[in-house]
Amino acid sequence: MHLSDLWFIAIAVLWAGYFVLEGFDFGVGILLPVLGRDQARRRIMINTIGPTWDGNEVWLLTAGGATFAAFPGWYASMFSAFYLPLLLILVALIIRGVAFEYRGKRGSAAWRRSWDTAIFAGSLLPAILWGVAFGNVLHGIPLNAAHNYVGNFFTMLNPYSLLGGLATLTLFLLDGALFLTLKTMGDLRREAMTAARLSGVAAVVAGGGFLAWTEFSYRAAGHVATGVASVILASAAALALLTAVAATVGWGITGRSGHPREGLAFGAAAAGIAAATAALFTALYPNVLPSTVNAAYTLTTGNASSTAKTLAVMTVVACIFLPFVLAYQAWTYWVFRKRLGAPPQPVAATEPQSPQSPQAPQAPQAPPQAPGSQQPTAVS
Amino acid sequence: MTVLELSRWQFGITTVYHFLFVPITIGLGFLVAGFETAWIRTGHDRWLRLTKFYGRLFLINFAMGVVTGIVQEFQFGMNWSAYSRFVGDIFGAPLAIEALAAFFLESTFLGLWIFGWDRLPRPVHAACMWIAAIGTLLSAYFILAANSWMQHPVGYHYNPISHREELTSFLAVMTNPEQLGTFPHTIAACFLVAGGMVTGVAVWHLMRRPVEDPDTTAAFRTAAKVGAITALVAAVGTMITGDVLGKLMTMYQPMKMAAAEALYHTAQPAPFSLFTIGTLNGSRPVFQITLPRLLSFLATGNFSGQVKGIDNIQALYSQVYGPGSYTPIIPVTYWSFRLMIGLGMATALIALVVLWSLRKGRVPAASGSRWSRLLLWAVIAMPFLPLAAMSVGWIFTEMGRQPWLVFGQMKTSAGVSANSAGEVLASVIILTLLYGGLAIVEGGLMFKYARAGLDAEEPADPADGDQEPLALVY
Repeated sequence: MHLSDLWFIAIAVLWAGYFVLEGFDFGVGILLPVLGRDQARRRIMINTIGPTWDGNEVWLLTAGGATFAAFPGWYASMFSAFYLPLLLILVALIIRGVAFEYRGKRGSAAWRRSWDTAIFAGSLLPAILWGVAFGNVLHGIPLNAAHNYVGNFFTMLNPYSLLGGLATLTLFLLDGALFLTLKTMGDLRREAMTAARLSGVAAVVAGGGFLAWTEFSYRAAGHVATGVASVILASAAALALLTAVAATVGWGITGRSGHPREGLAFGAAAAGIAAATAALFTALYPNVLPSTVNAAYTLTTGNASSTAKTLAVMTVVACIFLPFVLAYQAWTYWVFRKRLGAPPQPVAATEPQSPQSPQAPQAPQAPPQAPGSQQPTAVS
Repeated sequence: MTVLELSRWQFGITTVYHFLFVPITIGLGFLVAGFETAWIRTGHDRWLRLTKFYGRLFLINFAMGVVTGIVQEFQFGMNWSAYSRFVGDIFGAPLAIEALAAFFLESTFLGLWIFGWDRLPRPVHAACMWIAAIGTLLSAYFILAANSWMQHPVGYHYNPISHREELTSFLAVMTNPEQLGTFPHTIAACFLVAGGMVTGVAVWHLMRRPVEDPDTTAAFRTAAKVGAITALVAAVGTMITGDVLGKLMTMYQPMKMAAAEALYHTAQPAPFSLFTIGTLNGSRPVFQITLPRLLSFLATGNFSGQVKGIDNIQALYSQVYGPGSYTPIIPVTYWSFRLMIGLGMATALIALVVLWSLRKGRVPAASGSRWSRLLLWAVIAMPFLPLAAMSVGWIFTEMGRQPWLVFGQMKTSAGVSANSAGEVLASVIILTLLYGGLAIVEGGLMFKYARAGLDAEEPADPADGDQEPLALVY
């Protein structure tokens, strides 16, 4: 295996991580006007992703930087070709990021409403556009001999890619809704589960359809092994999504509290998104950006990559830093593992209120705990 | 306008704008971490209040730095794809490492800091800000290494088969002499900005409300002192490192040095002009204040050293690199160089005056005298002067490198993407309008919270009812 193959995998992993993590905070943002009926609810919803959305977004920056470093040819052609879609994504990410930080900084209701709209639009737009962009990468775009894009904005709006947009939208909605079931309590938690059920069904249809279409029509020819792997990964993604949907309707598996198995559903949905991303990248391999003008103009892991020297340097650097990044990001989720929301209800088994004891042997995505373990002030 | 001109305007606008937030983030992060550590060490409430007050300003500013930074990473590929292909083998790695090693640190630990007040033990909470601040330094190192490589490419060779630059030594890129001058110079300037901001806001409060409770006065007095000392030390740092950079510039980019002085003909010794009235490009000065031999010293370290002139270098480069203009826009380089030095020194001067006004337990007050009015205006200007110095400093560095994108290797005109002018015009307009709107929003919030004083809380959410809202949460 060449180092360029390793970096192709690394970039796939970064995108998978980005889609799983920012997927749920996009989902929460899109659900804001749906589930966030009043001020208090919206605040709770936003605070479930408050400490972590920025770290999630860095997965995108790292994926972009890694593409630049490992495959400059891919980075240059893809980013210049997707000029207007990326501009829209940038505008969306800018207003969304600012909205999180600024919405609570002034008292007026109109101020907050405007930023809530910004969060919604800034989450919706990228959630669709990333799918459209990935659809176009798989589908191929008109690249000339110099690897420059010769289509226009509307070239990208083909049915297959639009289905890709629908797939990411529904997947992120599912991801976000399930995240909310894990992080909130009371009515909000129940309504989030309903949203998860609906978006789960839509995600199975759109995501499954997109993957099936990919496997039948847009898988790169050549490698039998990667072809088989892609089909297996796509099937695994479909299976994981079905598991998530099954868990949301509670088919035969309910947790102790009487709630559906939220942890299982979220884990399955996350696995489904990761497997779907892996299936797409495997289907793409060894291409990185196919040309629809002439197969000879297609960018591949071979002709778009950096030198072995640069890839070796990057590999060493990644091996040093990545374990730390994963460890401290996991730690943040652990620190902010508690549910947010409704005022304390009379409950029998309240968790010890010790924000300073992160040693308790519990997984960050713990199964649902008894509600009411959280001070209401901590969500303000 | 052509795609090239539009792309250059966009890069200029977005980069200068992004770099208004960066120095505040870098400098203020360390100062806030210091305040919080002082609180933990002394247990004195004054430090906690300063931590929260300046922490809030830090976060309002940080948000803008983050979101405008995404544009920076994307537009190399979007607008400068030919450049990205040509140098990606060298230039991509620092950007990727910046994201992996620095952005994750900053975003994750600031998230912990914002939301972790009641969930983390105090030392851990303070450590989060220290780690985030170190993240900003790492970030600066990698991106400045990338920029330094454009000023003075090292550790590479040109591969005629792949038609691109390829890495030969990553270590050489990371320890580029240009970088070893640029990094400390930039970081010192960041502390000048942060020191200016902390001092400016603090002294403004002292002068506006001299008779508040003694604790508040003491807190702002401390902040003013810390900020002024930071600014002074940083100013000395920028001078020393700037001197080093000047000599590197003479060696690596003599045209930039000549353009900084609008020195058309090689001179030995060469004077430094403080001020010129005449033709805009300085070719025929009508009135000039000059300091004899100073340019020779700045450029070579020797008061009788030789400094090459623009015309002489132009003739030489035409021979080496082929016909064409190798001269940057002289009025821009000439005035931005002077403004950078002047604004930076003005900040240091104000810091000195502030320290004098705070001597022996004194508190500067708005007495209505001419002196106190002058001081008030000076401290109001204090956060903006070093920021402006930083902007013109970067404009000098980047415009002074023209026509090169990578010095001696690739001209700016060769690096641009094959996009349509319409697309780029759309993005220039959209980003400029968006940035303009956000500047009003951000500026409004900075003023609101800077003015509100030490214990300003964020507005209570009507939905919270009787619950007391926590500061520093969304």
